[in-house]
Amino acid sequence: MVIAERKPLGEIRNMLAGYKRILVVGCGTCVTICWAGGEKEVGILSSQLRLASSKDGNELSIIEAVVERQCEKEMVEELRDKVQEVDAILSMGCGVGVQTIADIFEEKPIFPALNTTFIGMPEAEGLWTEKCGACGDCLLYWTGGICPVVRCAKGLLNGPCGGTRKGGKCEIDPEKDCAWVLIYRRLERQGRLDLMRKYYEPKNYRAVKRPGKVQAMQA
Amino acid sequence: MTGQNKKIIAFCCAESAYRAADRAGRLGIHYPDNVRVIRVPCAGRVSVLHILKAFEKGAAGVLVMGCQEGACRHLTGNIRAKERAKYAEDLLKEVGINGQRVKVVNFGPDMAQKFAREIEEMVEKIKEE
Repeated sequence: MVIAERKPLGEIRNMLAGYKRILVVGCGTCVTICWAGGEKEVGILSSQLRLASSKDGNELSIIEAVVERQCEKEMVEELRDKVQEVDAILSMGCGVGVQTIADIFEEKPIFPALNTTFIGMPEAEGLWTEKCGACGDCLLYWTGGICPVVRCAKGLLNGPCGGTRKGGKCEIDPEKDCAWVLIYRRLERQGRLDLMRKYYEPKNYRAVKRPGKVQAMQA
Repeated sequence: MTGQNKKIIAFCCAESAYRAADRAGRLGIHYPDNVRVIRVPCAGRVSVLHILKAFEKGAAGVLVMGCQEGACRHLTGNIRAKERAKYAEDLLKEVGINGQRVKVVNFGPDMAQKFAREIEEMVEKIKEE
């Protein structure tokens, strides 16, 4: 899923300077799960904005809303009535959500309240880590399902760099596991260590032309 | 507003602090009348949003009053309350509301004197602001 973090309140307030009526829109999917832009976070940010603005004697009128998925035009369309009542929209969705709203309500200024950071998964309560770089040329079939492109600090494709620390930690960040130690152990468990000896050609990092586009056939 | 009439919200766990408040009343222990007691089933029920809303509606201080550590009927409600209050305080600092205006207090149901003392302390604190 897409992982995001909220921007500092000061930055959000600077973006909103001059606007009086704001619609704060959360998203019920990825950013709800990573505690960045769900219903609760919409409530917290709106409350902070109201408190900060009343402290400055510059009261804001805030409408709160959450759509199931901000990246779906049909779902964003449900906001139309609320959008008409405001001067600006503050999206608590990922970058895709912000752009979907911007495309549908072109006449309204839209501001992102989050920084979209990566595609990842929950590791523990309140901790998410990056697992996929969306490179468009997946190599997981020969690395035991562990991606060296994003999980190795150097993105190496043919084994570890030589700087692996004792205990299988990365030389760049001792908090992180060396991806190639993880790959070795996984392949060993599966009896596929021969894959470690195989040489892999330099990876095609241009597999996805930016901006990416996928046209699927209907099943 | 003076310190005396600034509002304080006290979220009181039904198992401990609320009973302490009740006991304070029965024993005739005086405490400032600008406190509004809200009974909650557990201090862990008090979310960050409850605390922020209290300030939004004009409270000058919030007390989250739960059971003593190790004595929570719901096991970890009082621990969670502590973490949430800390988070709420950070969010309030971001807004410019400083000075420990959110306090978590651990109680036993018989601690009526402590209940009154904590309210008085919070009133004194907000008076200084």
